[in-house]
Amino acid sequence: MAIEGFVAIYIFMLAGFAGFEVISRVPVILHTPLMSGSNFVHGIVVVGAMVVLGHAETLPEQIIGFIAVLLAAGNAVGGYVVTERMLDMFKSKDEQKKGAQE
Amino acid sequence: MNFVVQLTYLLAAVLFILGLKAMSSPKTARKGIMWAGVGMVLATLVTFLHPAVQGLTNYVLIVIAIAAAGGLAWWSGRRVGMTEMPQMVALYNGMGGGAAAAIAGVEMLRALRTLPNDLQIRAEALSMDAGISVQAAEAALRAEGAGSVGIAAALGADVAILAILGAFIGTVAFSGSLIAWAKLDGRMKRNQLVPGQQIVNIIVFALAVGFGILTFFTDSVIVVAAFFALGLLFGLFVAVPIGGADMPVIISLFNALTGLAVGFEGYAIGNPAMIIAGTVVGAAGTLLTQLMAKAMNRPISNVLFAGWGSPKAATSEGPGGEMKDISAEDAGILMAYAERVIIVPGYGMAVAQAQHKIWEFVELLQARGVEVKFAIHPVAGRMPGHMNVLLAEAGVPYDMIFDMEEINEEFATTDVAVVIGANDVVNPAARDDPSSPIYGMPILNVDEAENVMVIKRGGGAGFSGVENHLFFGENTRMVFGDGQKVAGGMVQAVKGL
Repeated sequence: MAIEGFVAIYIFMLAGFAGFEVISRVPVILHTPLMSGSNFVHGIVVVGAMVVLGHAETLPEQIIGFIAVLLAAGNAVGGYVVTERMLDMFKSKDEQKKGAQE
Repeated sequence: MNFVVQLTYLLAAVLFILGLKAMSSPKTARKGIMWAGVGMVLATLVTFLHPAVQGLTNYVLIVIAIAAAGGLAWWSGRRVGMTEMPQMVALYNGMGGGAAAAIAGVEMLRALRTLPNDLQIRAEALSMDAGISVQAAEAALRAEGAGSVGIAAALGADVAILAILGAFIGTVAFSGSLIAWAKLDGRMKRNQLVPGQQIVNIIVFALAVGFGILTFFTDSVIVVAAFFALGLLFGLFVAVPIGGADMPVIISLFNALTGLAVGFEGYAIGNPAMIIAGTVVGAAGTLLTQLMAKAMNRPISNVLFAGWGSPKAATSEGPGGEMKDISAEDAGILMAYAERVIIVPGYGMAVAQAQHKIWEFVELLQARGVEVKFAIHPVAGRMPGHMNVLLAEAGVPYDMIFDMEEINEEFATTDVAVVIGANDVVNPAARDDPSSPIYGMPILNVDEAENVMVIKRGGGAGFSGVENHLFFGENTRMVFGDGQKVAGGMVQAVKGL
């Protein structure tokens, strides 16, 4: 399971560059959905929360693990719903524009 | 089976990056969030097959937690209004940070639980070899060095460091985001918690770092608990003094922090999907935070450590002259005969739900041949780009919306500039008055327009608590009243022409 020290640093560095590259192209009008969208993406923490709750053996571990999954699932689902609703507005606008301009 | 799990995590990471990339255009953004959503569902489902997940009780607990929190989040996310999006994002973000910290908590508890066994086995072996009592052997092992007993020994030094870092950042993001949520939701107003907040903050930070280092070596649950408590306290203390126009910056910063915490915890539990997704978000959030801070012309450290918008900072000399008011009808008619009109919307417009009426008014003006543009300050609203979402909700096409840099020169050749519900972002004091607390922040040059109409509920100061000299300007007319009613009055006046 463990990832070797330097390999982890490489992953870390490359992912960091990917993040900068991907985001630097986003126009200001989409900054809010983008922030909310990246907020959704770190909801992947739910996977880690499931794993730690999954191998929890004592009651305190189970309680904290349970809280971890609760919070993480809220992050993921809430982040998705809110982002999708915001982008919905830009979509309707987009189709309107297509008719008028193109 | 593990191969399938890891492959799915890889796929999810790819989908996340592609999904965020698709957000570079309004045309593809919706597809992007759907890809990311598919990645999330796949990763979650496949985790049920993860070799480390076992025990019926644990399975049941996982399902209950996901169903309960997921259901509640879905319901709340559907109901929330567009003006309340920033606090919602802050809330979900805090939950992510809390989850990362909780993961670290469980891992540390596990480490502590396995420690005594390790020590005992080693002590027994030593007592056999050296012919001393088990107690003596245990004491000798402990004396050998703190590093050989403690969380670092159980987890490995590198994992322990990252787990502790992630725990600290996660707890700060958790409590900080909750404060941001409470403030944005109007549940909390105060800007100071204790006298000498800055110094207290530094002390709490130093204590938290100290306990973090202690946690590395400790085998005591109390030390670990104190470390987590200090992290929560520090997040609280950082977020409480922040107010006014700094809010968008701080939400963005906490978003980046949660991403980092998730990445670190991903390393601690050996989950590459979490490392990649968390780091990408961390980098993205950092970039957004920088853009925001640049828009206000202030380094991030100033946002965090200066009490901007605190009452004592707002005592620069009051503006001279008096406000001149005008009725909504007259304002509407004046604009109907103008050639060029620029509308500067602020959060106040959205709160009054006036954006739909304003758009109706703009359409009437356009029908009369008036050129209308919307000008948006980068920190208008409560979140980066929030105002764009609010205008999009009202149906304003995005080719009518202009950023500060694009439009600022046009104010000088504009007949009427309309400020509705915006305050600090049009305050000339930011440009002219070095004693003003918002001095140096780039603003929309509304005061250069031939006429300025300010639609406002009353004469008071804005969100940051700073008096606005614009309201007392020669060419400024105040239209007092609720944004929606004023917009309605303007619509009636133009229709009656």
